[in-house]
Amino acid sequence: MYMRTLLLGAAGAMALATAAFAERGADGEVKVLYWQAPTTLNPYLSSGTKDVEAASLVLEPLAGFDDKGAIFPRLAESIPTVDNGGISQDMTTVTWKLKKDLKWSDGTPVTSADVAFTYQYCTDPNGGCAQAASYEGIKSIDTPDAETVVVTYTGPKPYPYAAFVSALAPIIQKAQFEKCIGAAAPTCTEQNFKPIGTGPFMVTDFKTGDVVQLEANPNYRDPAKPAFAKMTLKGGGDAEAAARAVMETGEYDYAWNTQINPDLQSQMSAAGKGHFVGGFGSLVERIEMNQFDPSPDLPEGERSTAKHPHPFLTDLKVRQALSMAIDRQALVDVGYGAAGKPTCDLVPAPEGYAANTTDCLKQDLEGAKKLLDEAGWKMGADGVREKDGKKLHILYQTSTNPVRQDIQTLVKGWWNEIGVGVDLKNIDASIYFGGDAGSPDTFEKFYADVEMYANNFNGTDPEAYMTQLLCSKIPGPDTQWQGENIPRFCDKDYDAKIAELSKTADLAKRQELVKELNNMVSAKGLVTMAIVHRGTLSAASNALDGVAINPWDTEIWNAQDWTRKK
Amino acid sequence: MLTFILRRLLIAVPTLLLISLAIFLLVDLAPGSPASQIPLTVPPEVKAKILAAMGADQPVLVRYVLWLKQFFWVEPAYWIDSRFGTNLADGAQRIISYQTRAPVFITIGERIPQTMTVVGAGYLIGILIAVPIGIYSAYRQYSWFDQAGTFFAMMGFSVPTFFTGVLLIVIFATKLHWFPSVYDTTLLVTDWSSFVAQIRQMVLPVTVLALFNAATISRYMRSSMLDNLGQDYVRTARAKGMGEGTVVLKHVLRNSLIPVVTVIALGIPSIFGGAIITEQVFKVNGLGAALITAINANDIPMVQTLTFIFAALIVLFNLVADVLYGVLDPRIRYA
Repeated sequence: MYMRTLLLGAAGAMALATAAFAERGADGEVKVLYWQAPTTLNPYLSSGTKDVEAASLVLEPLAGFDDKGAIFPRLAESIPTVDNGGISQDMTTVTWKLKKDLKWSDGTPVTSADVAFTYQYCTDPNGGCAQAASYEGIKSIDTPDAETVVVTYTGPKPYPYAAFVSALAPIIQKAQFEKCIGAAAPTCTEQNFKPIGTGPFMVTDFKTGDVVQLEANPNYRDPAKPAFAKMTLKGGGDAEAAARAVMETGEYDYAWNTQINPDLQSQMSAAGKGHFVGGFGSLVERIEMNQFDPSPDLPEGERSTAKHPHPFLTDLKVRQALSMAIDRQALVDVGYGAAGKPTCDLVPAPEGYAANTTDCLKQDLEGAKKLLDEAGWKMGADGVREKDGKKLHILYQTSTNPVRQDIQTLVKGWWNEIGVGVDLKNIDASIYFGGDAGSPDTFEKFYADVEMYANNFNGTDPEAYMTQLLCSKIPGPDTQWQGENIPRFCDKDYDAKIAELSKTADLAKRQELVKELNNMVSAKGLVTMAIVHRGTLSAASNALDGVAINPWDTEIWNAQDWTRKK
Repeated sequence: MLTFILRRLLIAVPTLLLISLAIFLLVDLAPGSPASQIPLTVPPEVKAKILAAMGADQPVLVRYVLWLKQFFWVEPAYWIDSRFGTNLADGAQRIISYQTRAPVFITIGERIPQTMTVVGAGYLIGILIAVPIGIYSAYRQYSWFDQAGTFFAMMGFSVPTFFTGVLLIVIFATKLHWFPSVYDTTLLVTDWSSFVAQIRQMVLPVTVLALFNAATISRYMRSSMLDNLGQDYVRTARAKGMGEGTVVLKHVLRNSLIPVVTVIALGIPSIFGGAIITEQVFKVNGLGAALITAINANDIPMVQTLTFIFAALIVLFNLVADVLYGVLDPRIRYA
């Protein structure tokens, strides 16, 4: 008995010691710069990264992804799996258990009713919920007790970590949002601007598009955290000015998304006040090879549709030659610096899913010429190859953006060298990505031979991403040009493998399948020609400890662990 | 005078309606869509629902009439309700921004203070610098002071604010660390030290704006003074044995100020319009920054409301300038 008391006392003393060592709010204020300022703190009303990340300081999901891409519990006690019984054998139900004694920042308990409400809120047909995709395939949500949530899917869901997982799908408080469902959502300004959450911070003031002021949440589950009593998240300006405020003037501790050119990166690092932090998620800059003919000679409504296959980009040899002619490392050096890596894969990460193809990394202009010769494309008098009276001439489009225009110019030079004629075109991003079915310039319509943009997937599982390339998802006039299969790739074997993937729960097997799919469409098939694996690049002050940039979830996922360097 | 003002106000109504329609159509017909703000990771079906919830999928005329109703009826009703505790609005939908999914007037209300402080101070200081420079430059025409003043005005005219702004930041914020490069909109002036902080953060943006404004106004002041200095009444005043001070500062200055005051009055709406570039450079996040981010995001309700308010202010201050002209110059009569 005596011994036990002694031990308990010792343990208590140790707990006290660590508490004294790291005390909530001991480090004063931390200042963060998001040059694109958050406009709302309700991630269900805006899909913008700036809004989702700012809200992640306040609102938390059941589970999130860490900086390595591994899933870890946040509000949940543990991650449900088939092995621990959290996922049913037939993979249709998932049971989440909440941590004990969780409290909202207003002191009221977090219950399973809040989780069920969150689902209800986002799936209301009139709400226009930005994260509705996270809750797709859910049949019902049951709450047998205050700490248990049972999610039932309409069919087997081998990878169920989208609903209530990651900063895109956090839990909101039922009591606060009860009257804000559906069409009423935008009338709840107070709620959307100052959501009550469970995260390390709570909002004290929010000026939309300008600044968020936060304070340490007194009810945060770890009594020693966060180390900062206050956080200011300021917006405005541009990436370069944001980087300067951390790296050169030292006015801010952390600046988000400071993508600036490689020269400036090294120049600012030399000031010695801060350092750039980067992480590589799934974002890939790619050149899509249109499998359908976009020729303007075709009648409107038939351009870039299945009626007319592309005259030469359907030939693998031509695509290979185009890929071989590109020096991907040079593109990285010119455009991205530390925030880019050359890649041949549509899925270059996470680790297990990446095929790590290296064939394309070395530029081979002679080889490219030889391939075109073999394919029957003979050099014409004007330096452009031709075959059966058809010129090897490409229209190459992308959005207006200085880095993309640099890349276009470089690629055009290499392609010209192997005898391919190239016309460049750039389109304002608000039109290119605007999805207006009436505009000829959207990237979905793809009225060009090749086009460049970047895309990624949420979280760490690429299933939905790979599913975008099913034959049935090709955009066309009958679907108002909606559809995510931009290169118009269509392969029965690919579709079959997708069907298999949707039934496979075993991780190793899934990874193998994704690699095969990746090879079919990009690494070997080159319909989607991956060129640069793009990372996030942010700036952190040298006086800030604990920054671990996370490309898989919100970048500031561990703000509760940040401390001031003493 | 009163009938003149009333007549002008009545004419302003159809003018403003026409302006509002023109703006709405221009903004709407301009290429681009709010959908471009939604990341590619959001599937097309979800994207369509988001746009429907914003009301962005409605035909343009429906949206215009709805906006008219919201701007002229619902918004004033909410304002009266908040003032007098009535219930005129009765939960009708206000003008909702696509970006914030909240009423645009919340954003506008938050932005006015910093725009007024920074851009207003820039304008005021610009005037205070410009008027004396204009007077002395004219009085000592072609002197070294006049040459220097002309040089200064040419600089203000021709060097764009995005250049002077960044230049000042590099020198005074990055190298010397005298002033901050980021404007803190959360700063409340409560005591001496916060007042000093407020002054420090205003120095750079106000300098940029004052230089720009002073350049224009000093030229007006100078030429107006020059016009008057050659007049007969100036010779008469001097012949009567008046001191140079009285001649220049009383007789000439008063007469020369008449056109300058109108120019200044006409420039006031531009304060509300914010200084798009300067606000962006110093992260002041005022009305100008709100307008430019709204344009970039294709946030039609926000762009429409802001530009319409600016248009209304321009119409209003034109009237104010006309009235002032009559007040200052008794020779002018309104029929």
